[in-house]
Amino acid sequence: MNWQSIRAIYIFEMARTFRTIPQSIISPVLSTVLYFVVFGAAIGGRIESVEGISYGAFIVPGLIMLTLLQQAITNASFGIYFPKFIGTIYELLSAPLSFIEIVIGYVGAAATKAIMIALIILATSALFVDLTILHPFWMISFLILTAVSFSLLGFIIGIWASNFEQLQLIPLLVVTPLVFLGGSFYSVSMLPPAWQVVTHFNPVLYLISGFRWSFFGVADVPVGVSIAAVGGFLALCLTVIWLIFRTGWRLRQ
Amino acid sequence: MASIISIRNLTKTYAGGFTALDDVSLEIEEGEILALLGPNGAGKTTLISTICGLVQPTSGSVTVGGHDILTDYRAARSLIGLVPQEITIEPFERVINTTRFSRGLFGKSPDEAHIEAVLRALSLWDKKDSRNRELSGGMKRRVLIAKALSHEPRVLFLDEPTAGVDVSLRRDMWALVRRLRDDGVTIILTTHYIEEAEEMADRIGVINKGKLLLVEEKARLMKQLGKKKLVIELHDPLTAIPAALSEHNLTLLQDGRAIGYDYDTQADRTGIARLLADLTKAGLVVRDLETEQSSLEQVFMGLVEEDA
Repeated sequence: MNWQSIRAIYIFEMARTFRTIPQSIISPVLSTVLYFVVFGAAIGGRIESVEGISYGAFIVPGLIMLTLLQQAITNASFGIYFPKFIGTIYELLSAPLSFIEIVIGYVGAAATKAIMIALIILATSALFVDLTILHPFWMISFLILTAVSFSLLGFIIGIWASNFEQLQLIPLLVVTPLVFLGGSFYSVSMLPPAWQVVTHFNPVLYLISGFRWSFFGVADVPVGVSIAAVGGFLALCLTVIWLIFRTGWRLRQ
Repeated sequence: MASIISIRNLTKTYAGGFTALDDVSLEIEEGEILALLGPNGAGKTTLISTICGLVQPTSGSVTVGGHDILTDYRAARSLIGLVPQEITIEPFERVINTTRFSRGLFGKSPDEAHIEAVLRALSLWDKKDSRNRELSGGMKRRVLIAKALSHEPRVLFLDEPTAGVDVSLRRDMWALVRRLRDDGVTIILTTHYIEEAEEMADRIGVINKGKLLLVEEKARLMKQLGKKKLVIELHDPLTAIPAALSEHNLTLLQDGRAIGYDYDTQADRTGIARLLADLTKAGLVVRDLETEQSSLEQVFMGLVEEDA
């Protein structure tokens, strides 16, 4: 494993994060505060509790997941798309690197940034509601696994995209609706039975459910199923990326 | 001298069916400057890109320092530095960081002394903390060279290194390339500028329509394929070439004060002796004689037109 190269990519990508610190951190924190104002204070005041948890606290895992997914996808897709867009990808492709090293560098940096912001949102949330984390090990594990999986998805989007519109397409039109409909702000048990069945086809449900379980010990689906879902998604993304580098799709002529 | 790059029967056919490289074989010797000449679309950039791993070959093989570019790509690529034709550079990054990044990317441990030496050699040290977007076009091109040199390559590819660069900077680049060659770096450059090849190269390869038409030492190439012009200064100016001399295909020069005769230095008979005899017969008095070597450009155009 070429650790020097991985380190170089990681440091280079993280430097971009710190160079753009206002939009990297302030923007997601502000969005979270707005969610708390709207869902927690305005609407949450009319919902006493969900599954025995105050509504304000109930939505925290969903809010963190929403930002984590968006950040992971955006950072990773932009990280690999930008060199493609400006042409500096030549350097990456001509370097003595395997695909796994390139992926570790870019995805590692994207996931790190997403986790950093998730933790900042967690700390911000603690200012608004009383939070308990029953299973901190699993909370961190879900955070890392989800950040890595969706950074991999973002990496694939970045390679696939041939313009900035396509880069935004999947995060806006697919991921955000899936997060909203995956139980971020409600328990699946609150839905009519037919919609409960439909919701189980939403992969994000398993992430949010498992993550919420790590906080409060309550889940819409068994936690084992959530872990298997994240693991399966991770394996799927890794396979797709392996195929991309093997065939040179959208990278090598 | 030993080969550092060995290209055997390399062919690249793109998905659309266009063959950019057609059975190219070439040995590049360690420590030489090889210039690849060819018109637009000849296959120069495809050849470089294939060796560097940016383009997947359809068939054939390439080794760099004895390492196959596909099966042993790590070892092969670690020997190569590439300066692309387009100025492609991270706009928001600082010069020194972008150079450090390139060194790290190629698996080399940080070496601030080397980075400083490279930036100083390229007159970029004063700009080390500038962001790339703040630099002039010529400086950006030098940053690309600094990035390529940051990981101490044994082979440097320069794809059209002086395209769009002013004369003074072009001369600076030529001087830099010579210094690198003196340090033992093998340099392969592609160029449109015949002057560049003529000025710098040890050997010249001419490529057209994906085929390598020839590779030859520059001096020998010019000697072998070059034509010479004999300029004959006359005592009395002419208004037209006399009919008796029409078979020699002469041209009037210097307002009739001289005539030019093109001849092939490699021909069994240059025809000079017969021409001089015919001049005397025609009553023309020769004042002086001079020969001019044809330029590489004429040689190149001759080859490409022959291939058309």
